[in-house]
Amino acid sequence: MRFGILAVFLTAATLWGCGSTADREASGPAAGDAGAAAASGTTAGEGIASTELSTQPAVPPGTPEDFVVNVGDRVHFGFDRFDLTEEARGVLRGQAEWLKRHVSITVTVAGHADERGTREYNLALGERRAISVRNFLIALGVEPDRIRTVSYGKERPVDPASTEEAWAQNRRGVTQVDISSLRVSN
Amino acid sequence: MKTFRHLGPRRPIRFAALACAAALAMAMPANAQLRVDITRGKVEPLPIAVPDFQGEDPGSAAYGRQVAEVIANDLARSGLFRPIDKRAFIQAPADIGVQPRFGDWRLINAQALVNGLARVEQDGRLAVEFRLWDVFAQQQMIGTRYRTTPDNWRVVAHRIADKIYQRITGESGYFDSRVVYVDESGPAARRIKRLAIMDQDGANHRYLTSGEHLVLTPRFSPTEQEITFLSFVNNRPRVYVYNIDTGQQEVLGDFPGMTFAPRFSPDGTTVIMSMARNGNSEIYAMDLRTRRVRRLTNHPAIDTSPSVSPDGKRLVFNSDRSGQQQIYVMDIEGGNARRVSFGDGRYATPVWSPRGDLVAFTKINRGRFSIGVMRPDGTGERILVTDFLVEGPTWAPNGRVLMYFRQPRARPGAKRPGPRLFSIDLTGHNEREIDTPRDASDPAWSPLKR
Repeated sequence: MRFGILAVFLTAATLWGCGSTADREASGPAAGDAGAAAASGTTAGEGIASTELSTQPAVPPGTPEDFVVNVGDRVHFGFDRFDLTEEARGVLRGQAEWLKRHVSITVTVAGHADERGTREYNLALGERRAISVRNFLIALGVEPDRIRTVSYGKERPVDPASTEEAWAQNRRGVTQVDISSLRVSN
Repeated sequence: MKTFRHLGPRRPIRFAALACAAALAMAMPANAQLRVDITRGKVEPLPIAVPDFQGEDPGSAAYGRQVAEVIANDLARSGLFRPIDKRAFIQAPADIGVQPRFGDWRLINAQALVNGLARVEQDGRLAVEFRLWDVFAQQQMIGTRYRTTPDNWRVVAHRIADKIYQRITGESGYFDSRVVYVDESGPAARRIKRLAIMDQDGANHRYLTSGEHLVLTPRFSPTEQEITFLSFVNNRPRVYVYNIDTGQQEVLGDFPGMTFAPRFSPDGTTVIMSMARNGNSEIYAMDLRTRRVRRLTNHPAIDTSPSVSPDGKRLVFNSDRSGQQQIYVMDIEGGNARRVSFGDGRYATPVWSPRGDLVAFTKINRGRFSIGVMRPDGTGERILVTDFLVEGPTWAPNGRVLMYFRQPRARPGAKRPGPRLFSIDLTGHNEREIDTPRDASDPAWSPLKR
């Protein structure tokens, strides 16, 4: 059974990974109701009606993709800042609820910075961002030992372009479900 | 290992050359000395002739040719010398034991002449000797003989180039040194980074790590046998020490948080680094023998990028305790932190010069990055180069040249251009790209080899 779930996840994750960064970011809000068959209109012609089916299959709850698609795995930060915006707090409230529903799952919060800082300072800044996320999740009741942090500084941009938009996407804290914790979950 | 002795007094000057020189000597000021003042801004490179070193047999001659080539390339890259095209030489390389015919070298406007000899000896060792001549004064400036194993021929060539540089500029050289840096490949989002090492002229390039783990910010120990750096082994960013001779690496200490931004103290006994605890980065010193750790800063701000002064008494570092990144100097034990950067913008990556007189830094202002230098008290700031992204200066062992990396802006939709290494004179002149097999960042210059 578990392998089945994992297989679905891996397939979905593979498909997911094929999309560009822009696709991924844009699909965030709309993906919330991806479980329902999203009909995008019907066409009547010569007695045949066709319905466009959602390309996205239902997401099994409690999986990493459930977390990414239905909760949102990341929050963004202002330039050289590590405080949480109201929008970020909303995302993290969702993450905390999800983590409280799936109590055996542990996560790693990765803090990232844009390319407009120096390498070592950005490592420290990424650490601050990851800790901001972690502390907020703990304040909402998630057990501290379920949340590890890591900073990648400016080493792992999601968008490699040198634009304000790309930099805004890259200044982020990403909560990732630890795959190892799935194997011990029910 | 390598032995050398100074050659004996120069031989009597030949009369023909003397007669010719006499006329010229009158036009020159008394006691004129061949010298390049490298403290001035842009200097006209000194024309120098470096003919192939002589060899009596083909094997020796091959070494002679290669040694002369390495010397000429070192001198040329410094920007202070202009080796003259060999095809212009009038005089065939002559016996080093005989006084050169200076008139022939003056005709092609060589101000200095380096001639030499290579010989593979009976016992298989390589002997190399050279003399540096002031062509217009018709005087030998220096002469040295080296004996070593033949595989050291490049080292000998770099040491000869260092001697020439030192004799003519009055500053110690930097050619017998190496550079460790981070080799980059793969897409930006999943960049593969490996430690690589090479001689400062790009020779003897090799990789030290496989690329399995992300590695950053390598720095040499003062003995240049060890490198401390950051590695993400098991996705845990921690400081490691790598031994170049044995190829072994070990993690420095076992701390709960990330350790990063490591640098050896000038005496090699200590690694100074940052450690993050609950989001707060402080600077610590670890004694490499006892493994005891001391905390040097205590502030809720980010404190990182420490670099110790060559006398070991003070430490320069990066902190945002004022609200944005600035450069601070404090006592080596941690007290008396004082902000020294006050110009417009943010300041980062301070590195104390090996001469102690300057601190190099990265500056970020109005969306552009610069490499600059200032005195340790913050006065005398000079910007050497500015671009979309230049970062991470490292000093040549003589404190006259800096290396750093430059990354061009990535245009939307276009392939992202990777970073490359560059060097530049302290004067802001003679910027040169350093040839590396692939993209390169985070250079660190070694001390002079012993």
